[in-house]
Amino acid sequence: MFDLTGMTALVTGASGGIGSAIARGLAARGARLAVSGSNAEKLTRFRKELGGEHVAVPCDLSNPVAVDQLVPAAVAALGGRLDILVNNAGVTRDNLAMRMKDEEWAEVIRINLEAAFRLVRAAAKPMMKARFGRVISITSVVGQTGNPGQANYAASKAGLVGMSKALAQELASRNITVNCVAPGFIRSAMTEALPEAQKAALLTRIPAGDLGTGEDIAAAVVYLASREAGYVTGQTLSVNGGMAMI
Amino acid sequence: MSETADRVKKIVVEHLGVEADKVTEDASFIDDLGADSLDIVELVMAFEEEFGVEIPDDAAEKITTVKDAITYIDEHKG
Repeated sequence: MFDLTGMTALVTGASGGIGSAIARGLAARGARLAVSGSNAEKLTRFRKELGGEHVAVPCDLSNPVAVDQLVPAAVAALGGRLDILVNNAGVTRDNLAMRMKDEEWAEVIRINLEAAFRLVRAAAKPMMKARFGRVISITSVVGQTGNPGQANYAASKAGLVGMSKALAQELASRNITVNCVAPGFIRSAMTEALPEAQKAALLTRIPAGDLGTGEDIAAAVVYLASREAGYVTGQTLSVNGGMAMI
Repeated sequence: MSETADRVKKIVVEHLGVEADKVTEDASFIDDLGADSLDIVELVMAFEEEFGVEIPDDAAEKITTVKDAITYIDEHKG
């Protein structure tokens, strides 16, 4: 089950913590990848580490013109087909709403939400032709519950959920599923940097008693990308150790 | 009948799974041939591929009948 041999995938933010775990997970199941990221050097290093016949397609997701070129570039590099799109890239520009600058709001929406829309819009074309597609966007528990200081981030992540539900309805008849994975708190450079007291307080809110890992998220993505998940669309799969049950 | 018309009709028959004799030039994709809006998007993609033309969104929105498609393609193909 969940064999992705012969399938191709584009993963954004692939050199980051969760993104690299997702890329490894898809590759381990046999998918051929186009990995994308804004830091070309880091991305090239990651592609080498992945080995195999994967390709690196750098892209600055804050630039709409570059975003519109990413899917065509990935499709060309992958030999003309794109089965799986993983919108994983995301940024934070945290600030209390009353102090939030226009640009802090706009940049988060542009990269986390608008770029994802542009990528799905472009990917829908080859997927419709192939009568097969899997779109998976990485949202966040914060998009479901909110979080002080993250009005922009929470809006962008909740936006991905609404967008995915609309797209799921538009594309279901063509055998294209559109889903989200909502990580809770995942072990990363960001969570490692938290003060001990804050980390302890965080853990009291997680019934599983521990942070999640990139591999936990990758497993959910692999499932939604698989042929076996073909009847699952418009859903958000929460992977959060029980911290929010929505 | 022009060569363009033949090829357009063939694509419509294939994509919408309708009888060839229903695909008259006056037939509306949605009202007469049972297409939905997603079918139209796919038809436009198929026309673009078949004829090597680019049909921008604002032009695609005006293509509602078989004849509209044939006319647009004849005017724009290289």
